Amino acid sequence: MTALLRAEGVSRVLPGPQPVTLVRDIDFALGAGEFVAVTGPSGSGKSSLLYLLGLLDRPTVGRVAIEGRDTAGMSDDELAGLRLARLGFVFQFHFLLPEFTTLDNLLIPMRRLGRWGEAEREERARALLASLGMAEAADKLPEQLSGGMRQRAAIARALANDPALLLADEPTGNLDTRNARIVFDIFERLVAEQGRSVVVVTHDQEQAARAPRQVRLVDGRIVHDSGA
Amino acid sequence: MRAETPFVALERVSLTYAGEGGGTLAVEGLDLAIARGEFAAVVGPSGCGKSTLMKLVTGLAPASAGSVSVGGHRVAGPLKIVGMAFQNPTLLPWRTTLDNVLLPLEIVAPHRASFRRERARHVERARALLATVGLAGFEDKYPWQLSGGMQQRASLCRALIHEPELLMLDEPFAALDAFTREELWGVLQELWLARRFTCILVTHDLREAVYLADTVHVMSARPGRIIATRAIDLPRPRTLEGSFGPHFVDLVHELRGRIAAARSEG
Repeated sequence: MTALLRAEGVSRVLPGPQPVTLVRDIDFALGAGEFVAVTGPSGSGKSSLLYLLGLLDRPTVGRVAIEGRDTAGMSDDELAGLRLARLGFVFQFHFLLPEFTTLDNLLIPMRRLGRWGEAEREERARALLASLGMAEAADKLPEQLSGGMRQRAAIARALANDPALLLADEPTGNLDTRNARIVFDIFERLVAEQGRSVVVVTHDQEQAARAPRQVRLVDGRIVHDSGA
Repeated sequence: MRAETPFVALERVSLTYAGEGGGTLAVEGLDLAIARGEFAAVVGPSGCGKSTLMKLVTGLAPASAGSVSVGGHRVAGPLKIVGMAFQNPTLLPWRTTLDNVLLPLEIVAPHRASFRRERARHVERARALLATVGLAGFEDKYPWQLSGGMQQRASLCRALIHEPELLMLDEPFAALDAFTREELWGVLQELWLARRFTCILVTHDLREAVYLADTVHVMSARPGRIIATRAIDLPRPRTLEGSFGPHFVDLVHELRGRIAAARSEG
Protein backbone atom coordinates (compact mmCIF):
# COMPACT_ATOMS: atom_id res chain seq x y z
CA MET A 1 0.00 0.00 0.00
CA THR A 2 1.22 3.48 -0.79
CA ALA A 3 1.01 5.64 2.28
CA LEU A 4 -0.59 9.05 1.97
CA LEU A 5 2.41 10.44 3.76
CA ARG A 6 5.67 8.76 4.73
CA ALA A 7 8.65 10.07 6.68
CA GLU A 8 11.77 7.91 6.69
CA GLY A 9 14.75 8.53 8.94
CA VAL A 10 13.87 12.20 9.24
CA SER A 11 15.93 14.52 11.41
CA ARG A 12 15.86 18.29 11.44
CA VAL A 13 18.84 20.16 12.80
CA LEU A 14 19.05 23.94 13.07
CA PRO A 15 22.59 24.83 12.05
CA GLY A 16 24.74 27.21 14.06
CA PRO A 17 27.71 27.25 16.41
CA GLN A 18 25.66 24.98 18.66
CA PRO A 19 23.34 23.04 16.35
CA VAL A 20 19.87 22.32 17.73
CA THR A 21 18.13 19.06 16.86
CA LEU A 22 14.38 19.63 16.58
CA VAL A 23 13.36 16.07 15.67
CA ARG A 24 15.47 12.96 15.09
CA ASP A 25 15.14 9.56 13.42
CA ILE A 26 11.45 9.93 12.64
CA ASP A 27 9.84 6.99 10.86
CA PHE A 28 6.17 7.60 10.32
CA ALA A 29 3.66 6.42 7.74
CA LEU A 30 0.14 7.76 7.49
CA GLY A 31 -2.63 6.02 5.57
CA ALA A 32 -5.73 7.55 4.02
CA GLY A 33 -8.53 7.96 6.55
CA GLU A 34 -6.26 7.94 9.60
CA PHE A 35 -6.75 10.23 12.59
CA VAL A 36 -3.56 10.75 14.59
CA ALA A 37 -2.95 12.77 17.73
CA VAL A 38 0.63 13.88 18.39
CA THR A 39 1.36 14.67 22.02
CA GLY A 40 4.45 15.37 24.08
CA PRO A 41 5.94 17.92 26.47
CA SER A 42 6.46 21.45 25.21
CA GLY A 43 9.69 21.68 23.24
CA SER A 44 9.51 18.00 22.32
CA GLY A 45 9.35 18.80 18.61
CA LYS A 46 5.62 18.36 17.95
CA SER A 47 5.25 21.50 15.87
CA SER A 48 8.56 20.90 14.10
CA LEU A 49 7.33 17.45 13.09
CA LEU A 50 4.05 18.90 11.84
CA TYR A 51 5.90 21.46 9.72
CA LEU A 52 8.02 18.69 8.19
CA LEU A 53 5.01 16.48 7.48
CA GLY A 54 3.22 19.53 6.08
CA LEU A 55 6.07 20.24 3.63
CA LEU A 56 6.61 23.65 5.21
CA ASP A 57 10.10 22.66 6.30
CA ARG A 58 12.69 20.29 4.84
CA PRO A 59 14.47 17.51 6.71
CA THR A 60 18.21 17.84 7.33
CA VAL A 61 18.49 14.08 6.74
CA GLY A 62 15.88 11.54 5.70
CA ARG A 63 13.00 11.98 3.33
CA VAL A 64 9.30 12.79 3.25
CA ALA A 65 7.08 11.37 0.53
CA ILE A 66 3.49 12.28 -0.20
CA GLU A 67 1.28 9.90 -2.17
CA GLY A 68 4.41 8.00 -3.16
CA ARG A 69 6.30 11.04 -4.44
CA ASP A 70 9.56 11.89 -2.76
CA THR A 71 9.59 15.60 -1.96
CA ALA A 72 13.37 15.96 -1.53
CA GLY A 73 14.05 17.01 -5.11
CA MET A 74 11.07 19.32 -5.41
CA SER A 75 11.43 23.07 -5.74
CA ASP A 76 9.79 25.40 -3.24
CA ASP A 77 7.14 26.23 -5.83
CA GLU A 78 6.35 22.54 -6.37
CA LEU A 79 6.00 22.05 -2.61
CA ALA A 80 3.72 25.10 -2.38
CA GLY A 81 1.59 23.64 -5.18
CA LEU A 82 1.34 20.29 -3.40
CA ARG A 83 0.37 21.96 -0.14
CA LEU A 84 -2.25 24.06 -1.85
CA ALA A 85 -3.88 21.07 -3.54
CA ARG A 86 -3.43 18.23 -1.04
CA LEU A 87 -2.90 19.69 2.47
CA GLY A 88 -4.87 21.94 4.79
CA PHE A 89 -3.51 23.73 7.85
CA VAL A 90 -5.11 24.87 11.08
CA PHE A 91 -3.23 26.62 13.88
CA GLN A 92 -3.99 27.88 17.37
CA PHE A 93 -4.61 31.34 15.96
CA HIS A 94 -7.21 31.42 13.20
CA PHE A 95 -5.23 33.59 10.73
CA LEU A 96 -8.41 34.77 9.03
CA LEU A 97 -7.79 38.08 7.30
CA PRO A 98 -9.80 40.60 9.34
CA GLU A 99 -10.67 42.90 6.45
CA PHE A 100 -12.40 40.17 4.44
CA THR A 101 -15.57 38.17 4.98
CA THR A 102 -15.48 34.50 5.88
CA LEU A 103 -16.47 33.68 2.31
CA ASP A 104 -13.63 35.76 0.87
CA ASN A 105 -11.21 34.09 3.26
CA LEU A 106 -12.29 30.69 1.91
CA LEU A 107 -12.02 31.90 -1.67
CA ILE A 108 -8.35 32.90 -1.29
CA PRO A 109 -6.87 29.38 -1.56
CA MET A 110 -9.55 28.36 -4.07
CA ARG A 111 -8.71 31.21 -6.42
CA ARG A 112 -5.04 30.42 -6.10
CA LEU A 113 -5.60 26.78 -6.99
CA GLY A 114 -7.87 27.75 -9.88
CA ARG A 115 -9.54 24.34 -10.14
CA TRP A 116 -13.05 25.79 -10.30
CA GLY A 117 -14.64 28.90 -11.83
CA GLU A 118 -15.72 31.79 -9.58
CA ALA A 119 -19.39 30.79 -9.40
CA GLU A 120 -18.55 27.20 -8.49
CA ARG A 121 -15.96 28.35 -5.98
CA GLU A 122 -18.51 30.43 -4.15
CA GLU A 123 -21.09 27.64 -4.23
CA ARG A 124 -18.54 25.18 -2.82
CA ALA A 125 -17.38 27.61 -0.14
CA ARG A 126 -20.94 28.27 1.01
CA ALA A 127 -21.75 24.56 1.04
CA LEU A 128 -18.61 23.86 3.04
CA LEU A 129 -19.53 26.48 5.63
CA ALA A 130 -23.07 25.10 5.81
CA SER A 131 -21.70 21.59 6.39
CA LEU A 132 -19.87 22.95 9.43
CA GLY A 133 -23.02 24.65 10.70
CA MET A 134 -21.88 28.12 9.72
CA ALA A 135 -23.95 29.05 6.67
CA GLU A 136 -24.82 32.39 8.25
CA ALA A 137 -21.14 33.24 8.81
CA ALA A 138 -20.31 33.44 5.10
CA ASP A 139 -20.92 37.15 4.67
CA LYS A 140 -19.70 38.19 8.10
CA LEU A 141 -16.27 39.47 9.02
CA PRO A 142 -14.09 37.40 11.37
CA GLU A 143 -14.57 40.22 13.88
CA GLN A 144 -18.29 39.47 13.99
CA LEU A 145 -17.83 35.77 14.80
CA SER A 146 -17.29 34.12 18.17
CA GLY A 147 -13.91 32.53 18.88
CA GLY A 148 -15.29 29.06 18.25
CA MET A 149 -16.85 30.13 14.96
CA ARG A 150 -13.62 31.76 13.84
CA GLN A 151 -11.71 28.55 14.38
CA ARG A 152 -14.38 26.61 12.47
CA ALA A 153 -14.08 29.14 9.66
CA ALA A 154 -10.32 28.51 9.69
CA ILE A 155 -11.02 24.77 9.39
CA ALA A 156 -13.39 25.47 6.50
CA ARG A 157 -10.66 27.45 4.75
CA ALA A 158 -8.21 24.57 5.32
CA LEU A 159 -10.75 22.27 3.61
CA ALA A 160 -11.56 24.65 0.76
CA ASN A 161 -9.41 22.86 -1.83
CA ASP A 162 -10.60 19.40 -0.78
CA PRO A 163 -7.28 18.26 0.78
CA ALA A 164 -6.41 14.64 1.53
CA LEU A 165 -4.76 15.60 4.79
CA LEU A 166 -5.53 18.17 7.46
CA LEU A 167 -2.65 19.20 9.75
CA ALA A 168 -3.58 21.00 12.94
CA ASP A 169 -1.18 22.57 15.46
CA GLU A 170 -2.88 23.11 18.83
CA PRO A 171 -6.17 23.98 17.10
CA THR A 172 -8.09 24.13 20.38
CA GLY A 173 -5.48 26.07 22.35
CA ASN A 174 -7.59 29.25 22.39
CA LEU A 175 -10.97 27.54 22.81
CA ASP A 176 -13.17 26.59 25.73
CA THR A 177 -14.05 22.94 26.33
CA ARG A 178 -17.28 23.02 24.36
CA ASN A 179 -15.71 24.57 21.28
CA ALA A 180 -12.68 22.27 21.57
CA ARG A 181 -15.09 19.32 21.48
CA ILE A 182 -16.80 20.74 18.39
CA VAL A 183 -13.46 21.00 16.61
CA PHE A 184 -12.63 17.36 17.39
CA ASP A 185 -16.18 16.34 16.35
CA ILE A 186 -15.40 17.91 12.98
CA PHE A 187 -12.07 16.08 12.72
CA GLU A 188 -13.83 12.76 13.43
CA ARG A 189 -16.36 13.47 10.69
CA LEU A 190 -13.69 14.40 8.16
CA VAL A 191 -12.09 11.02 8.75
CA ALA A 192 -15.18 8.81 9.13
CA GLU A 193 -17.43 10.37 6.49
CA GLN A 194 -14.98 11.80 3.99
CA GLY A 195 -11.98 9.52 4.27
CA ARG A 196 -9.57 12.37 4.88
CA SER A 197 -6.60 12.02 7.20
CA VAL A 198 -6.05 14.29 10.18
CA VAL A 199 -2.88 14.84 12.17
CA VAL A 200 -3.39 17.01 15.22
CA VAL A 201 -0.74 18.26 17.62
CA THR A 202 -2.26 18.91 21.02
CA HIS A 203 -1.35 19.08 24.69
CA ASP A 204 -4.97 18.34 25.61
CA GLN A 205 -4.84 14.68 26.65
CA GLU A 206 -8.59 14.32 26.83
CA GLN A 207 -9.10 15.47 23.23
CA ALA A 208 -6.05 13.55 22.04
CA ALA A 209 -7.56 10.33 23.38
CA ARG A 210 -10.34 10.65 20.79
CA ALA A 211 -7.90 9.94 17.97
CA PRO A 212 -7.61 6.22 17.22
CA ARG A 213 -3.85 6.54 16.76
CA GLN A 214 -1.54 8.15 19.30
CA VAL A 215 2.00 9.33 18.68
CA ARG A 216 4.10 10.59 21.56
CA LEU A 217 7.24 12.67 21.17
CA VAL A 218 9.96 13.24 23.74
CA ASP A 219 13.14 15.17 22.94
CA GLY A 220 12.39 15.08 19.22
CA ARG A 221 11.95 11.29 19.04
CA ILE A 222 8.82 9.22 18.67
CA VAL A 223 8.74 7.24 21.91
CA HIS A 224 5.33 5.70 21.31
CA ASP A 225 3.19 5.15 18.23
CA SER A 226 0.06 3.08 18.76
CA GLY A 227 -0.33 2.60 15.02
CA ALA A 228 3.22 1.65 14.04
CA MET B 1 -13.96 67.71 -4.44
CA ARG B 2 -12.76 70.91 -2.79
CA ALA B 3 -9.18 70.89 -1.60
CA GLU B 4 -10.14 71.55 2.02
CA THR B 5 -12.52 68.57 2.21
CA PRO B 6 -10.97 66.09 4.64
CA PHE B 7 -10.05 62.67 3.24
CA VAL B 8 -11.44 60.95 6.32
CA ALA B 9 -14.37 62.60 8.07
CA LEU B 10 -16.39 61.41 11.03
CA GLU B 11 -19.29 63.61 12.08
CA ARG B 12 -21.18 63.07 15.32
CA VAL B 13 -20.66 59.34 15.10
CA SER B 14 -22.03 56.95 17.70
CA LEU B 15 -21.74 53.20 17.82
CA THR B 16 -23.52 50.89 20.21
CA TYR B 17 -22.52 47.24 20.39
CA ALA B 18 -25.52 44.99 20.82
CA GLY B 19 -25.68 43.16 24.13
CA GLU B 20 -27.63 42.71 27.30
CA GLY B 21 -29.20 45.75 28.95
CA GLY B 22 -29.31 47.89 25.80
CA GLY B 23 -25.76 47.17 24.67
CA THR B 24 -22.51 49.05 25.11
CA LEU B 25 -22.06 52.59 23.86
CA ALA B 26 -18.52 52.40 22.47
CA VAL B 27 -18.22 55.86 20.93
CA GLU B 28 -20.56 58.85 21.07
CA GLY B 29 -20.53 62.21 19.30
CA LEU B 30 -17.22 61.42 17.64
CA ASP B 31 -15.87 64.12 15.32
CA LEU B 32 -12.64 63.61 13.42
CA ALA B 33 -11.18 65.08 10.23
CA ILE B 34 -7.99 63.90 8.55
CA ALA B 35 -6.54 65.49 5.42
CA ARG B 36 -5.34 63.55 2.39
CA GLY B 37 -1.74 62.49 2.90
CA GLU B 38 -1.81 63.27 6.61
CA PHE B 39 -0.37 60.96 9.26
CA ALA B 40 -2.81 60.94 12.18
CA ALA B 41 -2.43 59.12 15.49
CA VAL B 42 -5.25 58.34 17.89
CA VAL B 43 -4.34 57.78 21.53
CA GLY B 44 -6.42 57.24 24.64
CA PRO B 45 -6.93 55.20 27.78
CA SER B 46 -7.51 51.48 27.24
CA GLY B 47 -11.08 50.59 26.38
CA CYS B 48 -11.76 54.07 25.01
CA GLY B 49 -12.96 52.84 21.65
CA LYS B 50 -9.78 53.31 19.60
CA SER B 51 -10.33 50.00 17.84
CA THR B 52 -13.97 50.90 17.26
CA LEU B 53 -12.76 54.01 15.46
CA MET B 54 -10.67 51.80 13.17
CA LYS B 55 -13.67 49.63 12.38
CA LEU B 56 -15.87 52.65 11.68
CA VAL B 57 -13.42 54.17 9.22
CA THR B 58 -12.78 50.91 7.37
CA GLY B 59 -16.46 49.98 7.24
CA LEU B 60 -15.98 46.87 9.37
CA ALA B 61 -18.59 48.23 11.75
CA PRO B 62 -21.49 50.50 10.72
CA ALA B 63 -22.17 53.65 12.73
CA SER B 64 -25.34 53.63 14.82
CA ALA B 65 -25.65 57.39 14.24
CA GLY B 66 -23.73 60.13 12.44
CA SER B 67 -21.74 59.83 9.24
CA VAL B 68 -18.39 58.38 8.22
CA SER B 69 -16.87 59.28 4.88
CA VAL B 70 -13.58 58.43 3.20
CA GLY B 71 -12.39 60.08 0.00
CA GLY B 72 -15.65 62.03 -0.23
CA HIS B 73 -17.80 58.88 -0.19
CA ARG B 74 -19.97 57.76 2.66
CA VAL B 75 -18.70 54.47 4.14
CA ALA B 76 -21.40 51.81 3.85
CA GLY B 77 -19.41 48.57 3.92
CA PRO B 78 -15.84 47.28 4.05
CA LEU B 79 -13.56 49.62 2.08
CA LYS B 80 -11.34 48.31 -0.67
CA ILE B 81 -8.91 51.23 -0.72
CA VAL B 82 -7.50 50.49 2.71
CA GLY B 83 -4.39 48.66 3.80
CA MET B 84 -4.33 47.38 7.36
CA ALA B 85 -1.88 46.04 9.88
CA PHE B 86 -2.65 44.77 13.35
CA GLN B 87 -0.95 43.72 16.55
CA ASN B 88 -2.01 40.11 16.03
CA PRO B 89 -0.19 38.02 13.45
CA THR B 90 -2.08 37.91 10.18
CA LEU B 91 0.63 36.47 7.94
CA LEU B 92 -0.44 33.01 6.82
CA PRO B 93 2.03 30.44 8.20
CA TRP B 94 1.85 28.24 5.10
CA ARG B 95 2.80 31.03 2.70
CA THR B 96 6.26 32.46 2.22
CA THR B 97 6.89 36.10 3.06
CA LEU B 98 6.66 36.99 -0.63
CA ASP B 99 3.37 35.13 -1.11
CA ASN B 100 1.96 36.79 1.99
CA VAL B 101 2.84 40.22 0.65
CA LEU B 102 1.18 39.38 -2.68
CA LEU B 103 -2.05 38.33 -0.98
CA PRO B 104 -4.06 41.55 -1.32
CA LEU B 105 -3.40 41.54 -5.07
CA GLU B 106 -5.07 38.13 -5.28
CA ILE B 107 -8.19 39.39 -3.53
CA VAL B 108 -8.67 43.09 -4.13
CA ALA B 109 -10.15 44.51 -7.33
CA PRO B 110 -8.91 45.61 -9.80
CA HIS B 111 -5.69 43.58 -9.35
CA ARG B 112 -7.50 40.27 -8.84
CA ALA B 113 -8.61 39.87 -12.43
CA SER B 114 -5.13 40.27 -13.86
CA PHE B 115 -3.12 38.76 -11.02
CA ARG B 116 -2.09 35.54 -12.76
CA ARG B 117 -1.22 37.28 -16.01
CA GLU B 118 0.83 39.98 -14.32
CA ARG B 119 2.33 37.91 -11.55
CA ALA B 120 5.93 38.53 -12.62
CA ARG B 121 5.46 42.28 -12.42
CA HIS B 122 3.77 42.04 -9.02
CA VAL B 123 6.54 39.79 -7.70
CA GLU B 124 9.09 42.36 -8.75
CA ARG B 125 7.20 45.10 -6.93
CA ALA B 126 6.80 42.97 -3.80
CA ARG B 127 10.54 42.20 -3.75
CA ALA B 128 11.37 45.89 -4.12
CA LEU B 129 9.01 46.79 -1.29
CA LEU B 130 10.44 44.08 0.98
CA ALA B 131 13.92 45.41 0.21
CA THR B 132 12.94 48.91 1.35
CA VAL B 133 12.03 47.56 4.81
CA GLY B 134 15.23 45.52 5.06
CA LEU B 135 13.77 42.14 4.16
CA ALA B 136 15.73 41.46 0.96
CA GLY B 137 16.81 37.83 1.10
CA PHE B 138 13.87 36.79 3.30
CA GLU B 139 11.28 36.54 0.51
CA ASP B 140 11.22 32.74 0.58
CA LYS B 141 11.15 32.37 4.36
CA TYR B 142 7.94 31.50 6.17
CA PRO B 143 6.56 33.88 8.81
CA TRP B 144 7.46 31.47 11.60
CA GLN B 145 11.07 31.65 10.48
CA LEU B 146 11.11 35.43 11.00
CA SER B 147 11.42 37.45 14.22
CA GLY B 148 8.40 39.39 15.45
CA GLY B 149 9.84 42.65 14.12
CA MET B 150 10.49 41.12 10.71
CA GLN B 151 6.94 39.77 10.64
CA GLN B 152 5.59 43.26 11.26
CA ARG B 153 7.82 44.67 8.51
CA ALA B 154 6.33 42.09 6.17
CA SER B 155 2.83 42.98 7.43
CA LEU B 156 3.47 46.62 6.52
CA CYS B 157 4.49 45.53 3.04
CA ARG B 158 1.35 43.42 2.74
CA ALA B 159 -0.75 46.41 3.80
CA LEU B 160 0.90 48.64 1.19
CA ILE B 161 1.44 46.36 -1.82
CA HIS B 162 -1.82 47.35 -3.52
CA GLU B 163 -0.97 51.02 -2.97
CA PRO B 164 -3.98 51.83 -0.83
CA GLU B 165 -4.93 55.46 -0.35
CA LEU B 166 -5.44 54.86 3.34
CA LEU B 167 -3.32 52.83 5.76
CA MET B 168 -4.89 51.81 9.06
CA LEU B 169 -2.59 50.63 11.82
CA ASP B 170 -4.11 49.15 14.98
CA GLU B 171 -1.32 49.02 17.58
CA PRO B 172 0.91 47.32 15.05
CA PHE B 173 4.06 47.38 17.19
CA ALA B 174 2.51 46.76 20.62
CA ALA B 175 3.70 43.16 20.84
CA LEU B 176 7.32 44.00 20.03
CA ASP B 177 10.19 44.77 22.39
CA ALA B 178 11.09 48.45 22.83
CA PHE B 179 14.20 48.39 20.58
CA THR B 180 12.43 46.66 17.72
CA ARG B 181 9.45 48.97 18.11
CA GLU B 182 11.60 52.09 17.85
CA GLU B 183 13.41 50.63 14.86
CA LEU B 184 10.08 50.12 13.10
CA TRP B 185 9.02 53.72 13.71
CA GLY B 186 11.89 54.64 11.42
CA VAL B 187 10.85 52.05 8.83
CA LEU B 188 7.25 53.27 8.82
CA GLN B 189 8.25 56.92 8.64
CA GLU B 190 10.46 56.18 5.65
CA LEU B 191 7.63 54.38 3.84
CA TRP B 192 5.27 57.25 4.54
CA LEU B 193 7.73 59.95 3.44
CA ALA B 194 8.24 58.10 0.16
CA ARG B 195 4.57 57.35 -0.57
CA ARG B 196 2.51 59.88 1.41
CA PHE B 197 -0.54 57.69 1.90
CA THR B 198 -3.09 58.90 4.44
CA CYS B 199 -2.44 57.02 7.67
CA ILE B 200 -4.35 56.48 10.89
CA LEU B 201 -2.34 54.93 13.69
CA VAL B 202 -4.09 53.74 16.82
CA THR B 203 -1.64 53.36 19.67
CA HIS B 204 -1.31 53.68 23.42
CA ASP B 205 2.36 54.58 23.06
CA LEU B 206 2.59 58.39 23.24
CA ARG B 207 6.21 58.53 22.06
CA GLU B 208 5.21 56.45 19.05
CA ALA B 209 2.36 58.85 18.29
CA VAL B 210 4.57 61.94 18.55
CA TYR B 211 7.42 60.37 16.56
CA LEU B 212 5.17 59.40 13.65
CA ALA B 213 2.17 61.69 13.43
CA ASP B 214 1.39 65.11 11.99
CA THR B 215 -1.57 65.29 14.32
CA VAL B 216 -2.37 63.41 17.52
CA HIS B 217 -6.00 62.99 18.58
CA VAL B 218 -6.79 62.12 22.19
CA MET B 219 -9.87 60.04 22.90
CA SER B 220 -11.86 60.14 26.13
CA ALA B 221 -12.77 57.13 28.24
CA ARG B 222 -15.78 55.16 27.00
CA PRO B 223 -17.97 56.24 25.36
CA GLY B 224 -15.10 57.56 23.29
CA ARG B 225 -14.94 60.93 21.60
CA ILE B 226 -12.06 63.19 20.61
CA ILE B 227 -11.29 65.54 23.49
CA ALA B 228 -8.05 67.07 22.20
CA THR B 229 -6.21 67.43 18.91
CA ARG B 230 -2.54 68.37 18.91
CA ALA B 231 -0.50 69.25 15.83
CA ILE B 232 3.04 67.85 16.03
CA ASP B 233 5.28 70.54 14.57
CA LEU B 234 8.54 68.57 14.72
CA PRO B 235 10.58 68.63 11.50
CA ARG B 236 10.96 65.46 9.41
CA PRO B 237 12.57 63.08 9.10
CA ARG B 238 12.32 62.56 12.83
CA THR B 239 14.99 60.59 14.61
CA LEU B 240 15.27 58.53 17.74
CA GLU B 241 17.81 61.01 19.12
CA GLY B 242 15.28 63.77 18.47
CA SER B 243 12.73 61.90 20.57
CA PHE B 244 14.81 62.75 23.63
CA GLY B 245 14.92 66.49 22.78
CA PRO B 246 13.04 68.99 24.96
CA HIS B 247 10.23 69.84 22.50
CA PHE B 248 9.47 66.16 21.84
CA VAL B 249 9.46 65.41 25.55
CA ASP B 250 7.17 68.39 26.20
CA LEU B 251 4.69 67.15 23.59
CA VAL B 252 4.61 63.67 25.13
CA HIS B 253 4.19 65.21 28.56
CA GLU B 254 1.31 67.38 27.39
CA LEU B 255 -0.48 64.41 25.80
CA ARG B 256 0.06 62.35 28.93
CA GLY B 257 -1.69 65.09 30.91
CA ARG B 258 -4.64 65.05 28.52
CA ILE B 259 -5.00 61.29 28.87
CA ALA B 260 -4.77 61.45 32.64
CA ALA B 261 -7.61 63.96 32.53
CA ALA B 262 -9.58 61.67 30.20
CA ARG B 263 -9.10 58.72 32.55
CA SER B 264 -10.22 60.60 35.65
CA GLU B 265 -13.35 61.73 33.78
CA GLY B 266 -14.25 58.12 33.04
